[in-house]
Amino acid sequence: MSKDNQVLEEFTSREYEHGWTVDLDSDTAPKGLSEDIVRFISAKKEEPEWLLEWRLKAYRHWKTMKEPKWPNVKYPSINYQDIIYYSAPKQKAQPKNLSEVDPELIKTFEKLGISLTEQKRLTGVAVDAVIDSISVATTFKDKLGELGIIFCSFSEAVREHPELVKKYLGTVVPPNDNYFAALNSAVFSDGSFCYIPKGVRCPMELSTYFRINAANTGQFERTLIIAEDDSYVSYLEGCTAPMRDENQLHAAVVELYAMKSAEIKYSTVQNWYPGDKDGKGGIYNFVTKRGICAGDHSKISWTQVETGAAITWKYPSCILKGDYSNGEFYSVAVTNNFQQADTGTKMIHIGKNTRSRIVSKGISAGKSQNSYRGQVHILKRAENARNFSQCDSLLMGDQCGAHTFPYIDVENKSAHVEHEATTSKIGEDQIFYCLQRGIDEEAAVALIVNGYAKEVLKQLPMEFAVEAQKLLALTLEGSVG
Amino acid sequence: MLKIKNIHARVEDKTILNGINLDVKPGEVHAIMGPNGSGKSTLASVLAGREDFEVTEGSIEFLGKDLLKMSPEDRAREGVFLAFQYPVEIPGVSTVNFMKTALNKIREYRGQDTLDAVSFLTLMKEKIKLVDIDQSLLSRSLNESFSGGEKKRNEIFQMAMLEPKLAILDETDSGLDIDALRIVANGVNKLQTKDNATIIVTHYQRLLDYIVPDYVHVLYNGKIVKSGTKELAMELEEKGYDWIKSEMEVA
Ligand SMILES: Nc1ncnc2c1ncn2[C@@H]1O[C@H](COP(=O)(O)OP(=O)(O)O)[C@@H](O)[C@H]1O
Ligand SMILES: [Mg+2]
Repeated sequence: MSKDNQVLEEFTSREYEHGWTVDLDSDTAPKGLSEDIVRFISAKKEEPEWLLEWRLKAYRHWKTMKEPKWPNVKYPSINYQDIIYYSAPKQKAQPKNLSEVDPELIKTFEKLGISLTEQKRLTGVAVDAVIDSISVATTFKDKLGELGIIFCSFSEAVREHPELVKKYLGTVVPPNDNYFAALNSAVFSDGSFCYIPKGVRCPMELSTYFRINAANTGQFERTLIIAEDDSYVSYLEGCTAPMRDENQLHAAVVELYAMKSAEIKYSTVQNWYPGDKDGKGGIYNFVTKRGICAGDHSKISWTQVETGAAITWKYPSCILKGDYSNGEFYSVAVTNNFQQADTGTKMIHIGKNTRSRIVSKGISAGKSQNSYRGQVHILKRAENARNFSQCDSLLMGDQCGAHTFPYIDVENKSAHVEHEATTSKIGEDQIFYCLQRGIDEEAAVALIVNGYAKEVLKQLPMEFAVEAQKLLALTLEGSVG
Repeated sequence: MLKIKNIHARVEDKTILNGINLDVKPGEVHAIMGPNGSGKSTLASVLAGREDFEVTEGSIEFLGKDLLKMSPEDRAREGVFLAFQYPVEIPGVSTVNFMKTALNKIREYRGQDTLDAVSFLTLMKEKIKLVDIDQSLLSRSLNESFSGGEKKRNEIFQMAMLEPKLAILDETDSGLDIDALRIVANGVNKLQTKDNATIIVTHYQRLLDYIVPDYVHVLYNGKIVKSGTKELAMELEEKGYDWIKSEMEVA
């Protein structure tokens, strides 16, 4: 067996660490999707009329749409009537503070290494935890409140800050944007909401953990982040799900809104259950993430580390509307076994002197397929726009695939667009060099892969960079020999 | 410390080593010389445990243990170090990170605690001085866009960090200008003690002006055809390898 094949074996034999489930008494909608279900969800959440109407409009539009077939992924067609659209762990009313949160829930998150009890938390990180369909706890709320920062669950934002939600919801990702965004708009159950007032630099990382627990349940969360003039926020999202034989659907929407000279840094460490080594089970991850640099000199930076999910369909994008605005996309996507990922970004240059930077690092192993799909669009009035794209693929073994689909549309002659792409393999020479220094093969592969992904990993907040590095290593962990 | 007995090795169908015998004791410096393609790097690879080379006959004992039964990483952890003729690039991994990983793996194997950041840094500083290497080099991606000389110096730095019992330097002198050669040789000399041993693989006599070997062996067609002291290296330098070749043909 060659070295590459051994590595491949290890890859396929490693196990998913977060594959356990917890028996939570939950409040669940009947299977299937209809106007009644949309009404059921909205009623459960005691939403105002306008939001119900908004959902219903999205639902009606969704019914006229077709699932997109252009991504480079294959899966049996999804029966949307066979999914549960709402499941909430039962709690006595809304918890006001942690002492009211079901201890089982706190334990669930502790098992994931996320402590919701503030004194145990890493200082400098506020957490919102979403399990199945609802947010169960948000930490450090008071401290943030003093600065005028709002960080809470989406449902709470609808209750407490309806004017903000109404003003911005759907402005970056309209409900009819695409099939999955429309579905999400109809049935979204919870998510995180974040508002940074003018001139405020958020002093801590804001972080949301998503967890799918219940069976046959889809997760449709929605995140909305608004950064007023001259503000700054760094936000991190993490996700896991139990091992199940059937596929589960996750269709989220994230909207970012950056005003003049505001900066939003959005990082994701995605570790949904990828399915077993024969390709059974796993999460279908169909996500729409988009940010608008609405004001001049604003900046949005996406960083993602994608290691999980059976199928990933995801293109965190930036609309660079303000002059001198800046968009960044840093991505590491790892696929193995039968995982399929079609991920990348869109950079839409509208304003003058806009800049964008794309760094994509794909790692494919097993029988997986890993595609980068990216669009750089320089509009006519985007005088003096610049883009730099770097798309690298790393192959492990010879049964996987790496693909690159860059689309470049330039409508203004003053634009500078640069695209670089490389494909490489982990060399036996590199592995042997490590072995000769006393580093075993498993650690060698982790070292090489982390080195390869370094440019992206270093974009993550410190605490999470370490976590992501471990996750990459864990993805490669298995049985050597 | 190292007992090589009648080693035969091949790659694919090609036999490259034809019965090598070599005995290395603690404190000794051995030079292995020979024309290109004679099997010097192959011997180094066999000692380090590279899979591509199949040992078909013979045995190697290292510190009383059967070296051929050990995995390459365990050989390293037992104290075998190879300074590569062509060190490979590992993008995004700095020498510092590489050495921290290596050193901790070796310590773990030996039942020692992992080094904390401060002790590691102290050790590194000390070795930087010893081998006179530019510290900024150590934070860059390993061997990536290093000059030939920088690569070799980095190998010696790694050797200093890992303090091997047996160091094998494969053509560490090639591609070095005279100043770099002196620095590298100086480093190697400082690292030499009465308890460890060094095998210097080289094509030229040049390096041996700075590192004085106890023994010199000439490898030709996968066999050691001549052994002697440092005078043999001088003779080789004078007469060239053709002298060995013609001697072999006569015999
Ligand atoms: N991986 C390999 N596959 C095939 N032949 C090899 C391989 N490595 C070395 N050889 C051959 O073995 C012989 C000895 O090579 P090497 O040990 O590198 O010699 P030296 O280091 O003395 O120059 C050469 O003929 C070389 O072409
Ligand atoms: Mg050689």
